[in-house]
Amino acid sequence: MQLLGTQLTNTSALAGNDVATFPDFPAEIRAPRGTRAGVSGFQVQFASEEIFTPGDQLDALVVMNPAALVTNIGDLRKGGILIANEDGFNEKEYKLAKVASDPLEAETIQESYRVFRVPMTRLTRDAVAELGLGNKEAERCKNFFAMGLVYWLFGRSLEPTQKFIRDKFAKKMPEVAKANEVALQAGWSYGETTEAFGLSYRVEAAHLEPGTYRNIMGNQAIAMGLIAASSLSGKELFYSTYPITPASDILHELTRYKNFGVRTFQAEDEIAACGAAIGAAFGGGMGVTASSGPGIALKAEAMGLGVMLELPLIVINVQRGGPSTGLPTKTEQSDLLQAMFARNGEAPMPILAPQSPGDCFHIAVEAWRIAVECMVPVMILSDGYIANGSEPWKIPDVSQYPRINVVHPEMPEGDAPFMPYERDENLARPWAIPGTPGLMHRVGGLEKEDRTGNISYDPANHQHMVNTRARKVAEIAERIPPQQVWGEPAGDILLISWGGTFGACHSAVLACRKAGLSVGHAHLRYLNPFPANLGEILHGFKTVVVAELNSGQLRMLLRAKYLVDCEGINKVQGKPFAVHELVDEIKVRAKALHADAVHQRSH
Amino acid sequence: MTLPVLKAADFASTQEVRWCPGCGDYSILAQMKKVLPDLGVPREKIVFISGIGCSSRFPYYMNTYGMHSIHGRAPTFATGLKSTRPDLMVWVITGDGDALSIGGNHFIHLLRRNLDVNIVLFNNRIYGLTKGQYSPTSVEGQVTKSTPMGAIDHPINPLSLALGAEATFVARSIDAYVTHLGETLKRAAEHKGTSLVEVYQNCNVFNDGAMAYAQEKGQRADNVIELEHGKPLIFGKDRDKGIRLIGTHLAVVSLKDTAIDDLLIHDERDPNPSLQMMLARMRHPEMPEPIGVLRAVAGVPTYDDQINHQVELAKTQRGIGDLQALVSAGETWVVP
Repeated sequence: MQLLGTQLTNTSALAGNDVATFPDFPAEIRAPRGTRAGVSGFQVQFASEEIFTPGDQLDALVVMNPAALVTNIGDLRKGGILIANEDGFNEKEYKLAKVASDPLEAETIQESYRVFRVPMTRLTRDAVAELGLGNKEAERCKNFFAMGLVYWLFGRSLEPTQKFIRDKFAKKMPEVAKANEVALQAGWSYGETTEAFGLSYRVEAAHLEPGTYRNIMGNQAIAMGLIAASSLSGKELFYSTYPITPASDILHELTRYKNFGVRTFQAEDEIAACGAAIGAAFGGGMGVTASSGPGIALKAEAMGLGVMLELPLIVINVQRGGPSTGLPTKTEQSDLLQAMFARNGEAPMPILAPQSPGDCFHIAVEAWRIAVECMVPVMILSDGYIANGSEPWKIPDVSQYPRINVVHPEMPEGDAPFMPYERDENLARPWAIPGTPGLMHRVGGLEKEDRTGNISYDPANHQHMVNTRARKVAEIAERIPPQQVWGEPAGDILLISWGGTFGACHSAVLACRKAGLSVGHAHLRYLNPFPANLGEILHGFKTVVVAELNSGQLRMLLRAKYLVDCEGINKVQGKPFAVHELVDEIKVRAKALHADAVHQRSH
Repeated sequence: MTLPVLKAADFASTQEVRWCPGCGDYSILAQMKKVLPDLGVPREKIVFISGIGCSSRFPYYMNTYGMHSIHGRAPTFATGLKSTRPDLMVWVITGDGDALSIGGNHFIHLLRRNLDVNIVLFNNRIYGLTKGQYSPTSVEGQVTKSTPMGAIDHPINPLSLALGAEATFVARSIDAYVTHLGETLKRAAEHKGTSLVEVYQNCNVFNDGAMAYAQEKGQRADNVIELEHGKPLIFGKDRDKGIRLIGTHLAVVSLKDTAIDDLLIHDERDPNPSLQMMLARMRHPEMPEPIGVLRAVAGVPTYDDQINHQVELAKTQRGIGDLQALVSAGETWVVP
């Protein structure tokens, strides 16, 4: 199902549509088929205008069995198209899905949706009959039949998927390739000849910014961003990690690019992965480690050491639902406070968050630039939603990216001893690396004496070093771009968001402004430090609302720092925001403001 | 260019050594400084990485590059460093708690990967820095601050563990037996692949004399057996005892009634670790404990060689990566 979703996405992108996707699958590899827990879904929105989310509601839903129907029907809009594989609806399947009888026949379904029952299994079997496949193999092609039908319904070209089938199967399993192609074509023909649907749809190309585009997923973009950062800084990438959902795809991606000087290390555990990345950094390499929340918890002590050693490092957290093992395949933004504070002692780290799959590329480059400039471990907070989601991505001209300047000091002239904790204008210490004569020095987790880096228990020195490490991170605010506000620069309501919720929040503000409300939107990509002008922006609005997929973590930080009484729109269901949920929340606030104004006037 | 001739003193850092007076660590530090000049590696190419514990202060006292890292994790930092900088000579300094308790996982994985680094494990069978709790090598029944009624854990044997992980170099020496210690460290440094040297080290504050049977000159000869490759296993003050393989067991025999030819001949190069494991399992007081090199298997690929080889191979086979081509790959379309 995930494979077919990707095909529909790519085909639509190639047709010039704007696309956004939301894969939704169980954590179990082979979750029991036919049960509600075993449903694997893929949501895609394609449009002739710019879109920012995979959509709140479905216009069309294809279900292969009753379990898929009952778990997804709630998302189908009233009057929407429901296509069901009739052969997947029988007594056995009702039992698996725990439904009493055929849910397609339920009055609520029949009245609310345009239901099309298609015997897909049988039609597929018939279509591929002459290829001589076994029953099982033949039936397996039914997903491609469904795909062909959807392609017909929305006027998609079969060509990209035909090519995909040939590339993927033709060499190893030519008969499977042939059967899938036949099934795809049969589905398309079924739509065209049966007239059952009565109509089909055309979705014209969207008006995107001119340029060359490709489709990209977040984890893929972060991998490429790391390679770009490596290339821009002339530092070979050492990526060390331990397998964990939903971060593992970054490893899979990077390990294919050893010809870029990428070394990948699958460590024995999360701690080792972080330690090895720091070891590489000590030697002058580009050390990067990644995980998801549970793994980040394990890396905490090593990250603290990274803060103390003042070495450049990137730590990526592709967030998922927590706490503990939580919801491994579902999205959430509940690790912000972990990123900020979950290290012993005062151990600040800069935190960056990409806002979309494509933005992962730019954030990775930016993270490495900050890490090197300030000699500090930097955290990237991605999430499952953008890691697995995809969007059309304007391919950047990499020659336009500024180089990342790395300096390793050489042996000093004269007798002056080397000072490993002397600082430059960014408060960064020199990145002196083993192999350099005359610069031998020892680093470690014990508190350092200022400048010399020797062990020091001196109270005033400790205060000074804690302050310096904090100031080093805080002053980054002066070198990052000021926060932009989209919509009203000041006014009634400011919506604040961060990370993967950008699309939903942007769409919601767009809708509210169309409805005449005074709303601005500030989407934060820098979470620590905040951009220097953020306080001023917050004070320019009557109501500040923070939307996030947690119980109010960014809100807590904003309130603490700016003493602004932010309100929260919070959701912790393992699912992204729907645009209408946000619109409703903003409207409630607008109404309240209006009522207040009336009340004030009447006094 | 000829390299300057270095002396032991050249390896001393400016930091004051702060181990307890009489600690066995001093001897290990002295031997390390003595051995390094003989290896012909410039100081700036040497890195000492340690974890946490008394022994892990070691890097501060060496005028080389160094990292005093976090508890049990020294092998991880060493792995990242050596994998990306195979030109460096990397030493891991650790203790029995650091390597075998909190860092047990990293210890076995470092050994099995055969990364070309040298581990020196200071084994004093006690937690010193935290003031006297029992360690994973403390003997059963040992009374410590945390085991007033005696330790009930079965101790771990670092050599058995290393052999189980099929480490390519496994050795043991003793702090007080300085010539042997120096020689063993040198052998470890010369081995390509992960080298483990366990050093019996006396903690004269919290576990004084725990290994006196091996450390003290008068007792050593009867309680330890010095392994030498290709030589029969003979020990004892009068060199009148030997080790013989009887069935599947090792036994102490008297040379008065056993011919030297019947003794076990030590083979450190045998890739099969079974006999080496039997030696490692010899424990005082039933048996003499082996010191020297138990295992030294050459020619096994190292992790650092292989990780870098794959990168070079990829570059040769596919050409050096082109960033613009990478980001532009796959199906693309143009929006006019």
